[in-house]
Amino acid sequence: MTAVLTWLIEPLQQEFMVRALLVSMLVSCVCGLLSCYMTLKGWALMGDAVSHAVMPGVVIAYALNLPFAVGAFVFGVGSVALIGYIKQMTRIKEDTVIGLVFTGFFALGLTLISKVRSSIDLSHILFGNVLGISASDILQTVVISVLVLSVLLVLRKDFLLFCFDPTHARSIGLHTGVLHYLLLSMLSLAAVAGLQTVGIILVVAMLVTPGATAYLLTDRFDRMVWLSILSAVLSSVAGIYWSYWMDASTAGCIVLVQTLLFLLCFLLAPRHGLLAQRRRSPRASRFPSA
Amino acid sequence: MPSRPTPFVGQQRISVRNLCVDYHGVVAVHDATLHLDAGTICALVGMNGAGKSTLFKALMGFVRPSAGSISINGLPLRQDRRARAVAYVPQTESVDWNFPVNVHEVVMMGRYGAMNLLRLPRPVDREAVREALERVDLWPLRQRQIGALSGGQRKRAFLARALAQGASVMLLDEPFNGVDIRTEKLMIELFEQFRREGRTLMISTHDLAHVTSFCDQVVLINKTVLAYGETSSVFTSENLALTFGGLRLEGEPTPAADPGAPQAP
Repeated sequence: MTAVLTWLIEPLQQEFMVRALLVSMLVSCVCGLLSCYMTLKGWALMGDAVSHAVMPGVVIAYALNLPFAVGAFVFGVGSVALIGYIKQMTRIKEDTVIGLVFTGFFALGLTLISKVRSSIDLSHILFGNVLGISASDILQTVVISVLVLSVLLVLRKDFLLFCFDPTHARSIGLHTGVLHYLLLSMLSLAAVAGLQTVGIILVVAMLVTPGATAYLLTDRFDRMVWLSILSAVLSSVAGIYWSYWMDASTAGCIVLVQTLLFLLCFLLAPRHGLLAQRRRSPRASRFPSA
Repeated sequence: MPSRPTPFVGQQRISVRNLCVDYHGVVAVHDATLHLDAGTICALVGMNGAGKSTLFKALMGFVRPSAGSISINGLPLRQDRRARAVAYVPQTESVDWNFPVNVHEVVMMGRYGAMNLLRLPRPVDREAVREALERVDLWPLRQRQIGALSGGQRKRAFLARALAQGASVMLLDEPFNGVDIRTEKLMIELFEQFRREGRTLMISTHDLAHVTSFCDQVVLINKTVLAYGETSSVFTSENLALTFGGLRLEGEPTPAADPGAPQAP
C-alpha cells in the first residue's frame, strides 16, 4: 500500500511534474471533447494534416518573438483553407489534397527550422516537451483551452447536427459553411495545445483515439463526450507517471496508454466490442450488418 | 390524441418561374416553371441526372439560380428559410445510422432553427417533438439509437423531424426505396394526412405505380419541366417518352440511388 502511495506521491514533489500533469489534463479535456466530433465527422486525416501544417507557423512565431499559438493558428487555418480551395478548383480527391498540402507545410517548417536561428529545439516540436513547459507556454495553453472548450460547449448541438446531417442543418437556416470552418479552427487550436504535450507527430492520436474509444462504449453522444474526456485524461496521467518511473518518452507513453485503452475497449466493449459481437453471432463479427 | 396543427395559411406553396441553374457552365436545369398549391402531393419524375436533386437544392436555397425566381408560401427563398417552411427528408441510404443519437434527439433537430443559440428545448419544442413522434407511432421507441430501428421506422423518424420542424413544404427523396408493402401503406396514409392539413409534398420517385395511385400532381423533368399538372392529364405515354428520352420501355426504369442527392458542404 505504502509502495503504491510512494509511487503516486513521489513525482508530485517535483514542480515540473505537477505542471506537466495539470497542463496535459487540461489539453486532454479539450482534445477529448473535440475528438468526438473528429471521429463522427471522419476528420482524422484532417487532424493529422492540420497538426503537421502548424509547424512553419510555430517556427516563424518563435523567430518573430510572437506567441507560438498565433503562428500555429494562422498556418493551421491557412492549410485547411488551401485544402478546401484546391479541392474545389481541381478534380483531385480530398485525401490526396490533404496529403499534398500537409507535407508541403511540414517540409517548409523543417527547412525554416534548419535555417532560422532560434532557440527552438526541433525535437520539442516533433515530440512535445510537457515536462519542460515554460510559464508563458502554460498561459497560452490555458487561453487556447478555455476558448476551444467554450466554443465547443456553446455550439455543441449545432456541431453535432452538422456532423450528422449537414443538409438538414442548412435547410433550417444554420450556417454550415461557418460551422465547417469554425470546427476546423477549433481543430487547429486544439492541435496547438496538444503539440505542447505530445508534439506534432502524435497529436493526431489525442484528436482521434479518445473519441474512437468512447464511440465503442456507448450509443449516446453525451456519454461519448464524457467517456472520451475521461479516457484522454486518464491516459495522460497514467502516461506521465509511466514515463517518470520508466524514464521513457512522455509523448510515447501517453499515446501508448491511449492505444491500450482503445484495444481494451475494442475487445471488451459491452455491445460493440469484438467479444460481444462474437457472442451474439459468430458471423456478425466478420460481416457487420449495416 | 394529440391536437392536429392548424391548417397552414395561404394557397400557393411552391412557385418556380423560369428557373435556370448551372454548375460551372454546365446546365442542370433550364427554364423550369411550376406552381403547386397548398394540400398537394406531387410526384417529381425524371431520370438520374434529369435535375431532380438540383430542383430540390434550389427549393432549399442551396444553389443560386442563374436566372428565374422561386417563392415558397409567397415569400422569396431567403425569408422563407427564416420561417423554416421547407423540410428535406433524405434517402435512408444517405444517413449514418451508427451515429450516437436516439430517435427523440433526431426529431428534436427539427426544432433547432426555432431555438436559441444553445438549442435548449423549451416546453413548446418538447411538445412539438412528442406530437410528431406520436403521429408516426414512434413515441414508445424514442430512446432507441436510430440504428436500432427497422427500415420503416427509420423513414418515419425522419418524417417526424419534418413534422416537428412545422414544415408546410416537404421534399422527399425516394421515400419508397427499400420499403415493404406495409410500411409503404402507412407512409401513404401519413402523406394523405399531411395533404389534408394543407402541406405540400414533393416526392422524387422512380416508381411510376405510385404516381397514379396517390399523387394528385406530377412534375416531369428532364433538364427542364416538360410537363406539370393533374396526374391524369400529364401522365401520358407521350410525356413519359419525352421524360425518359425515348428510353422508356415496358415496365419501370431501374431504380438507382441518385448520386447527386442534396448535400451541404
